[in-house]
Amino acid sequence: MTEKHHIQKEPLVRMAKREGLSQGKKWAIRLGAIVLALAVGSLFIAVLGHNPIAVYRDILSGSLGGASARRATIRVAIPLLGAALAIAPAFKMKFWNIGAEGQIMMGGIAATYFALFWYDKLPKPALLLVMAVASIVAGGIWGLIPAFFKARWGTNETLFTLMLNYIALGIESYLQNGPWKDPKGTGFPIIAMFDQNARLPKVFGVHIGWIIVLALTIGMFVYMKYSKHGYEIAVVGESQRTARYAGMNVAKIIMRTMALSGAIAGLMGFLVVSGADYTLNTGTSGGVGFTAIIVAWLAQLNPFAMVLIAGLLAVLTKGSNTIQTNFKIPASAADVLSSIILFFMLGCEFFINYRLIFRGSKHNQVPTTAGTQEKKEGEDHE
Amino acid sequence: MNNLINFLTAGILAAAPLLFGVLGETLTEKSGNLNLGVEGMMFMGGIAGILGPYYYEKAGGTNPYVALIIALVCALLCAGLGALIFSVLTITLRANQNVTGLALTMFGTGFGNYFGEAAGHADPSGFLSVSTAVKGVFNNPIFPDAMVNIPLIGKLLFSHNFMVYLAILLALALAYFLGRTRTGLNLRAVGESPATADAAGINVTKYKYLATCLGGAMTGLGGLYLVMNAGAGVGGAWVHNCINGYGWLAVALVIFAVWSPKRALWCSLIFGGLACMRYYYPISFIPASIYDIVPYIVTAVVLVAVSLKHNRSNQPPESLGLSYFREER
Repeated sequence: MTEKHHIQKEPLVRMAKREGLSQGKKWAIRLGAIVLALAVGSLFIAVLGHNPIAVYRDILSGSLGGASARRATIRVAIPLLGAALAIAPAFKMKFWNIGAEGQIMMGGIAATYFALFWYDKLPKPALLLVMAVASIVAGGIWGLIPAFFKARWGTNETLFTLMLNYIALGIESYLQNGPWKDPKGTGFPIIAMFDQNARLPKVFGVHIGWIIVLALTIGMFVYMKYSKHGYEIAVVGESQRTARYAGMNVAKIIMRTMALSGAIAGLMGFLVVSGADYTLNTGTSGGVGFTAIIVAWLAQLNPFAMVLIAGLLAVLTKGSNTIQTNFKIPASAADVLSSIILFFMLGCEFFINYRLIFRGSKHNQVPTTAGTQEKKEGEDHE
Repeated sequence: MNNLINFLTAGILAAAPLLFGVLGETLTEKSGNLNLGVEGMMFMGGIAGILGPYYYEKAGGTNPYVALIIALVCALLCAGLGALIFSVLTITLRANQNVTGLALTMFGTGFGNYFGEAAGHADPSGFLSVSTAVKGVFNNPIFPDAMVNIPLIGKLLFSHNFMVYLAILLALALAYFLGRTRTGLNLRAVGESPATADAAGINVTKYKYLATCLGGAMTGLGGLYLVMNAGAGVGGAWVHNCINGYGWLAVALVIFAVWSPKRALWCSLIFGGLACMRYYYPISFIPASIYDIVPYIVTAVVLVAVSLKHNRSNQPPESLGLSYFREER
C-alpha cells in the first residue's frame, strides 16, 4: 500500500477545459455525432434483417418525396417545433418541464370545449380566437401549478409535471368516455369531428399553424435573447442565489416563465385538434411533449436551430410510418433513432467543452469525434 | 373481509414491480446520480426478459426453470446496459443528468416497443408470448398449498410468486448494505460529497458506475415482473407500452420513501394498493378513467407534502444530480 503511494503515476488520460472553439468546429463535431448516431441506429435496422441504407432512403422518400408527404411532415413538425419553443425558456431556467405533453392535452381539451359547444354561436374568426385563447389559458394554468409549488416550497418539478401528464390524459379519457362522447357515434367512445367553423384555415395546403409557430420562433428568439425577462430566465438558470442577490423575484420569474411555457404548449394543443386532427383523442399529444425535449436540447435551446431539428425529427417520425408499411419495421424506430441521436449529441458536448490530454505528451492534441483538430500549439494550458 | 384480503393480496402483487424500481433508483441516487431513465430501463428489462425465454423455447428448450434464469439474466443485463449508457454519458462525459435520463426513458420505451412489435410480427401467432409453463414459474405461489390455505394470513403472506419475496429480500439487503457496511457508507459519502469522498481515497467514478449500473439492473427486474406477472401486468406476453408510467411512479416513490429501502416497502405497497383499488372497491360516482389516475394524483399530492415538510433527515443526497469533476474543485 505504502509503496503504491510513492509511484504516483500520471493518469493515462486527463481532461482540461477548452474554450474558444470556433462555431464552425462545434457544429462539425455535432454533425459528426449525428452521423455516428445514424450509423449506430442502422444496427437496430440490420438486426431485423433489413438493409439500413434502403430503409434510410425510404425514410427520406416517405417524408419528403412528393407534395402530400411533405405536407404531412410539416403537419408533424408544427406542434413539435411549438412544444420545443415552449420548453426552451423553462429548460433555460433549469426548470425541468417534462409536462408539455399534459399542457398540450389541456390546451386541446379547452379548445375542444368551444369547438363542440360554441361552434354555432360564434362566427368562425371569433370562434377560432376564443379556442386559441382558451387553450393558452388552460395550458398556462397546467404549467403554472407545478411552478407555484416549486417556487413556494421547492417541490420536485420533474415528477410533478410528469404526473400532471397522466392526470391530463385521465381527464381527456373521462370526457371522451362520458360527457363528450359523440351521441351520433356507434357506441364506440369517440369525440365528434369538429364543425367546419372550428377548423383552422389552410395556407399552401397546410393549416396556418405553421405561420403561427414560425412567428413564435422569432418571438421566442427575441424574448430569450433581447428582453429583460429572457435575461432574468438565464440568470435564474445559472444560479438562483445570484438572481436573488441581484434583487430579482425568483418565485415570480419561475411562475411567469412556466405559465408562458405551458401557454405555448397549450396553444399547440389547439393547433393539433383544430388544424390537424379535427377532434380530440388520447393521442392528441402523442408523445410530442417528450420528443420536443429532444428538439429543444439538440438545438441548444436556440429557436432557429429548433426549426431545423424539428424538421429532422418530423422526417424521422413521418418516415418511420413509411418504413412500417414498406418493411414492417415498427414505427417505434423513430423513437429509437431520435434518442440515439440525442445520446450522441449529449456525449459530444464533452468533446466541445473539454480536451483530453494523454500521458506523456504535454501538448498532445486529441482528435475529436468529428476528426477536427485543435490548433493551440505552443500555448500553455496548465 | 374476503374482499379486503383479495385487495391486499392484489396490492402486494402490484407493489412488487414498483419496489424493484424504487430500490434500484435508491441505490443509484445514493451515489449522487439522478437517473430519470427508470421507465426506459424497465422497458429494456421487460423486453429482454421476455425475448430471452421466448427464443429459448423457440430453440426447443422446455425446462421452465432454465427459461426463468435466462429471463432474469437478460432483464438484468439489458436494463444494466441502459444504465451503463447513462453512466458513460453522465459520469465520464459529464452530460446533464436530467436530459440524459429523459433520453434514456425515450430510448428504452422505443427499444422495448420496437423489438416487442418486431418479434410479434415475426411470430406466426402475431404475438410475442411465452408458454404456460414459463408463465407458471413467474406466477405460481412458491409455498405449499397447506400454508396458502391458512385462514386469513395464508393468502396474504404465502400465496405470492417468488419475485415478490425476492423484492422484499432485496429491500432488506439494500437497507443493510447502505446502513451497516463500510462499502455502503462509502457509497453514501460519494453521493453526499464526492470531493470529500475523493479526498478520503474512495474511487468516486467506480462507486458511481457500479451503483448506477446495479441500480439500473434492479429496475429491470421490475420491468420483467410487469411483463411476466398477470397480477400487475398482462402475464407472459408483450403489450405495446406495457410499462405505462410505473417507472416514473418508482422515481417519485424514492422521494416519498426518503431514500430508505425499508420505507420503500410500505410506500410501494400503498401505491400498489392504489393502482388496483378500483377493481375491489369501485365507487359509483367516480368514473373509471378518473379512478385510474388516482395514483398519479396522490403522487403529486405526496410530492407537495414531502416538500412542505422540510427536515434534516428527509433530504436527498447532497450532490444529487450534479456531475463530479475533480479538476473543478
